[in-house]
Amino acid sequence: MPRTIMPRTIIEKLWDNHVVHELPGAPSLLFIDLHLVHEVTSPQAFQGLRERGLKVRRPDLHIATADHSIPTSDRSLPIVDPIAANQLAQLEANCKEFGIRCLGVHSDQQGIVHVIGPELGLTQPGMTVVCGDSHTATHGAFGALAFGIGTSEVEQVLATQCLLQRKSKSFQVQVEGTLKAGVSAKDIILALIARIGIGGGTASVFEFTGSAIRALSMEERMTVCNMSIEGGARAGLIAPDDTTFEYLAGRPHAPKGAAWDSAVARWRELATDPGATYDRTVTIDADALEPMITYGTNPGMGVSINEALPKPSEVSDPMARESITKALAYMGLEGGKPLVGHPIDVVFIGSCTNSRISDLRTAAGLLKGRKVNPKVRVMVVPGSQEVKRQAIAEGLPEIFRAAGCEWREPGCSMCIAMNGDQLTPGQYSVSTSNRNFEGRQGKGGRTFLASPLTAAASAITGVVTDVRTLL
Amino acid sequence: MKPFTNFESRMVPLPLNNIDTDQIIPARFLKTTSKQGLDKQLFNDWRYDAAGNPNPEFIINKPESQGVQVLLAGDNFGCGSSREHAPWALTQWGFRAVISTSFADIFKQNSLKNSLLPIEVAADVHAELFAAPAGATVKIDLPNQTLTTPSGRVVTFPVDEFSKHCLVKGVDELGYILEQSPEIAAYEAAHPALINALA
Repeated sequence: MPRTIMPRTIIEKLWDNHVVHELPGAPSLLFIDLHLVHEVTSPQAFQGLRERGLKVRRPDLHIATADHSIPTSDRSLPIVDPIAANQLAQLEANCKEFGIRCLGVHSDQQGIVHVIGPELGLTQPGMTVVCGDSHTATHGAFGALAFGIGTSEVEQVLATQCLLQRKSKSFQVQVEGTLKAGVSAKDIILALIARIGIGGGTASVFEFTGSAIRALSMEERMTVCNMSIEGGARAGLIAPDDTTFEYLAGRPHAPKGAAWDSAVARWRELATDPGATYDRTVTIDADALEPMITYGTNPGMGVSINEALPKPSEVSDPMARESITKALAYMGLEGGKPLVGHPIDVVFIGSCTNSRISDLRTAAGLLKGRKVNPKVRVMVVPGSQEVKRQAIAEGLPEIFRAAGCEWREPGCSMCIAMNGDQLTPGQYSVSTSNRNFEGRQGKGGRTFLASPLTAAASAITGVVTDVRTLL
Repeated sequence: MKPFTNFESRMVPLPLNNIDTDQIIPARFLKTTSKQGLDKQLFNDWRYDAAGNPNPEFIINKPESQGVQVLLAGDNFGCGSSREHAPWALTQWGFRAVISTSFADIFKQNSLKNSLLPIEVAADVHAELFAAPAGATVKIDLPNQTLTTPSGRVVTFPVDEFSKHCLVKGVDELGYILEQSPEIAAYEAAHPALINALA
C-alpha cells in the first residue's frame, strides 16, 4: 500500500529527526547535536553536575569559549576585574574537570560563541544546536534548529545530551526582491521586528525564505537569524543551499571526502517540501526596505532612518502608551521627528550580530580615507581571533586606526557591557549589536541599533546618518 | 525542587509591557558563579539611584510590597536574554508567581524549572487585576489551574500537564530525563556523531 507522506517544513523535519523518546503527557525528549558553552551561564550548571555526581555524557558534542565577560584590551595583561577573572578561570577549570574542549582566554581560536561555531565548521545543516545564550538562533542560518536555553537546561544537556521540548509553531518570513544600495541584512531583521513587535514570534520558529534571503551570503544570513529572539522567536532558520555548502567546505570540522558528498546529499533533503504549510506567514518587500534604526528601549521600537518617531499621544492602549512614553523619556527623544541628525557619542561595531569579516570589510570600505568625527569614540571589536587574523591580512585595522577608531580584541564587548566596555550615563551610541534595552550598553546608556553601514556613516558625521548620503 | 503549594497573596503591580531580563537583573551582575544572593540586584537599575540608595518611588521598595509573592506585569514579560538569573532573582526576593498576558518562551521555561509560576490571563482579567484596590489579594490554585481575583471571580490559566506535575510533586526534570537513559543510548547507537569537538 503506498503511504501518503505529508509535506513537511524544514522545522518539522529537524524536529522529527531528533526525537529520542515521547511519553504520554510529557514534552518530547530531543537529542542535541552541538552544545556551545560560555563563562556566564555555565558555572552553576557544572556545579549542579558536581552536586549530583554526574559526568558529561558526550564531551565530543560540546565546545566552550570565553566571550561575555572577557576584556577586549591587550590579552597579555592580567584581567583587572577579579570577579570576571574568577569566572573566566572557572570556565577553563570546569571544562578541564569534565573533559570539554575550551577555547579560552588565550586560545588562538577564542571568539564569540556564535562566531566560532560556524567558523570551525561545527555548526552544520540538520543539527540541533543549543547554548545558554538567546542568540543561539544565529546557527539557524545553516538550516539547523538552534535555540537559547537557561542554565538548568545547560546542566541537562551536559548530563544527558537531551532536552525536554514542546513543538513550536512555524512562522514563515518571506523576503522577496532585491535590497537597494545602503540596505543590508541587518535592515531586513530590524524591519521584521519593527513590524511584528518584540513578542510577535513568541512560541514560534521563523523560517526565512524568498529571493532576497537566497541572495544573502552566509554571514548575512547569520545576521538575520541572530535576531530572531528579538522578534520573540526562540529560533530562526534558513534552508541550506549551495551558498551554505560553499561556506562549509574545507572548514576544520566539516565532513571530508566521501562523507562530505553524503552529507551534502542529506542536507539537500532538509528544505521545506512543496505544499507544506506554516502556522503564520509574513511577507517583506526587499525593494521597499530602507536603512533601519531603533529609537526606543526594545528592538521592536524601530523606524526607517528618515521616518518620524511615533508620538505617544497617537497610541490608544494606555499601557502601550505608558511604555513608549517611558522609552522616549529614557532615550531623551521627542516623538514626531526623525532621528537623522541626532548627535551621538559612541559607535560600536561588533557583537554576534555584526562582527564577522564581511561586517568589518563593509565598515572599513566606508571609513577608508575618511576620519571619524573627533567627538565620537568608535570601537571595532572583531568576533573572533580568526576574524581578527583575516582582518589583519586584509589591512583593515590600519584603515580603522587611520580613521580614528579603536581596534580591539575579540569578545561580546559593548553589546552586553559586562567587561568594562560600556557607555556612561546619558551617552548615545549607534551600535551594530542586537539589544537596546535600558542600560544594556551601560547603566543610563542610550542605544540606537543599526547596520554596520549606518554605524560607520554615523561615526564619520557624529550624528545619526543615512548612509546613502555618503555612498 | 520543593512542591508548589496553593497560596493567597497581595500583588506588586508593574504596569509596563515588554519588561526584559536585562531589567530584571542587569548583565553586569552575571559575573557571579553562584545562584545565590541575586535578590539584591532584582530590578537593580529601577530600584536604586546613582549613589546606590533605594529609590523610594519604585514599587519594590515600598513597605506594602514587602512579603508579597505575586508580581503583576505588562505584556510579554521576561523577553530578551536567556539568563536564568532572572527567575533566580525573582524567587529569591520572594515571588512565587508572575501574572501577565504573555511571557517570553525562554523565561517561561526557566521559571517553571525554578518553582516560579507564570500565569497567563486574558486582557480583561489583566485589566481587572491592575484596577484592583491596593492591598487586594489573589488566590492561586495550581492543581485546579485557577486564579481567584480580588472580586471573587475564578478564572483558569494554562499550564502544560508535565510542568504542573513537576511543580506540584516537586519533580526534578533532570532526574526524569536520566530515567530515559536506555532510549538515549538507543538513539545514539542509531545516529553516529556528526562532529567530534575534541578532535
